[in-house]
Amino acid sequence: MSNKQSNATAYWKENIKYLFILLGIWFAVSYGAGILFKDALNELRLGGFKLGFWFAQQGSIYVFVILIFVYVRIMNKLDKKYGYDEK
Amino acid sequence: MNVQMWTYILVGVTFALYIGIAIWTRAGSTKEFYVAGGGVSPLANGMATAADWMSAASFISMAGIIAFAGYDGSVYLMGWTGGYVLLALLLAPYLRKFGKFTVPDFIGDRYYSKTARLVAVFCALLVSFTYVAGQMRGVGLVFSRFLEVEINTGVIIGMIIVLFYAVLGGMKGITYTQVAQYCVLIFAFTVPAIFISIQMTGNPIPQLGMGSTLADGSGTYLLDKLDGLSTDLGFAAYTDGSKSLVDIFAITLALMVGTAGLPHVIVRFFTVKRVKDARKSAGWALLLIAILYTMAPAVAVFAKTNMIDSVVGKSYADQPDWLKNYEELGLIAWTDKNGDGIVQYSPGNAFTSKKPEEIYDGKNRTALGSRATKSVDNSNPNELYIDNDIMVLANPEIANLPGWVIALVAAGALAAALSTAAGLLLVISSSVSHDLIKKVVNPNISEKGELIAARLSAVGAVCVAGYFGINPPGFVAATVALAFGLAAASFFPSIILGIFYKRMNKEGAVAGMVVGIVTMLLYMVKYRLGWFDEALPGKDEWWFGISPEGFGTIAMLINFVVSLVVCHFTSPPPQEVQYIVENIRIPSGAGEATGH
Repeated sequence: MSNKQSNATAYWKENIKYLFILLGIWFAVSYGAGILFKDALNELRLGGFKLGFWFAQQGSIYVFVILIFVYVRIMNKLDKKYGYDEK
Repeated sequence: MNVQMWTYILVGVTFALYIGIAIWTRAGSTKEFYVAGGGVSPLANGMATAADWMSAASFISMAGIIAFAGYDGSVYLMGWTGGYVLLALLLAPYLRKFGKFTVPDFIGDRYYSKTARLVAVFCALLVSFTYVAGQMRGVGLVFSRFLEVEINTGVIIGMIIVLFYAVLGGMKGITYTQVAQYCVLIFAFTVPAIFISIQMTGNPIPQLGMGSTLADGSGTYLLDKLDGLSTDLGFAAYTDGSKSLVDIFAITLALMVGTAGLPHVIVRFFTVKRVKDARKSAGWALLLIAILYTMAPAVAVFAKTNMIDSVVGKSYADQPDWLKNYEELGLIAWTDKNGDGIVQYSPGNAFTSKKPEEIYDGKNRTALGSRATKSVDNSNPNELYIDNDIMVLANPEIANLPGWVIALVAAGALAAALSTAAGLLLVISSSVSHDLIKKVVNPNISEKGELIAARLSAVGAVCVAGYFGINPPGFVAATVALAFGLAAASFFPSIILGIFYKRMNKEGAVAGMVVGIVTMLLYMVKYRLGWFDEALPGKDEWWFGISPEGFGTIAMLINFVVSLVVCHFTSPPPQEVQYIVENIRIPSGAGEATGH
């Protein structure tokens, strides 16, 4: 395997690792906290919100926005590390 | 100045703005027509994507649907925003690197097959037309409600405006008009929401006001009050909902993957310069969408509480003016089933029909002053019919806000409907001119000829959309929500596999798309439209207890399975396609989007 190709393979591997972590969080806040464990979480409160309901109608959306910007950041770093950065 | 004058002024000014921008940014080449020249900044692209995405349904209907569904409404909130995470992480950067004009272009080239391209064109047209017909109807409704013209006249005015900037400006014109439309619609949604939040909870931020205590000093949390009001009337608690877990799960997933598979959203990521800009603009788009999507559940809670508080259990004579205004428009109807003169509200339908012309008994009025009604459903004690849409439309009036705020809501709703219609029309016209004419019918067509073809197909698409807006086929309302199911069942798996699975070949992709979309269509026709049976089959007949709205999830899984199985019994894709797949995984050297 040439240098260039092994560089690309290593980059892709790290990319996939980040995807799994971020999509894991994506799944946990929406399908987990907002749907599957909603009833249990509703026992807890966040001000006037029951926690499960809050995740379903507000919390998961805030987390989604943060997730994408975190993704942008780590991918930009990754691009630099492997020399794929574009000016 | 009265509301009518304000509406004419604000709608006139915003329309002049859109047309001005369209003239200023008109497209001169196919590249400008299809992908706005490819140099749109991530923030501007994020705004355009947000406006493109948020339709009349998001602006007017969503808060109302949530108000009546309570917790169950979360499927729309999580589904329609969560899809952007999939878009940003799984699709946008790779499709941008691939650098083509349209979604069928990606499918056709990645799967090295004309058949695959044609199947993709068919899916894109099906999804876009079901969606756009609903938008044109929305434009007509808003016009008729706020400017007091016929719905059909409203549709035609909308057609002319969209025609102007979609045909002249192409993607370039649409992008910059959508930036303006985003600003108009978000401002129009936010102003009344803030006022009402202050009135009800004293908190100026609606997202926080929703979880605050009431402004009356009782120390009760707003949501607890609404839960109490709902259960007192015999409904499920607002924060509990009544849909089954599996259905909530399926609908949310279908809306998420559907969002990520909608062609008019995907093409927006072809318009930025670099791969890293595509990632970033997905982030901007979701942030800008989230402003409205986190405010909508708050508006729902405010309006629902207000509605129950000020309307239910009071005599008709004591009803607020806004109720009587909307009764006039056919969005509210009341029938005094038990003859006590008091408005009762409980689960069940008040009327057997939902169309005002089938509910109202001409212009007649009862002794109490309310409009005389017929087709009363006597199987339950509920006396009140309320259209979902009034939750947003009536908000400024419920809160006694000045006329210009009401006019602003009209301008915002039009911005939302027109921007989405324009985005969809562009997908339709580029699928026809680029993927059908240039890539299949006449590959030797000149740049100039293709541009003319693109404009002509845009004209044709507007006319078809307008026709459906004026003569809505019965199934349009039922199928708009299902456009997501169709997108989930067709595009999402073949794009994901095309990027993440090098071994994926054309036989697998074509078989998967065809089986996926056919299953989805059959399920829709059977369980949503009821064409196969005497009567619409009930909930207990749904496969795995999943509603037609959520069935996109199953159809998508079927697509994945069929693709993978077929792909393993046929030969792997040619070496050069495997190189292409390796290449799109690396972000640098994206170059410009090209059609050649």
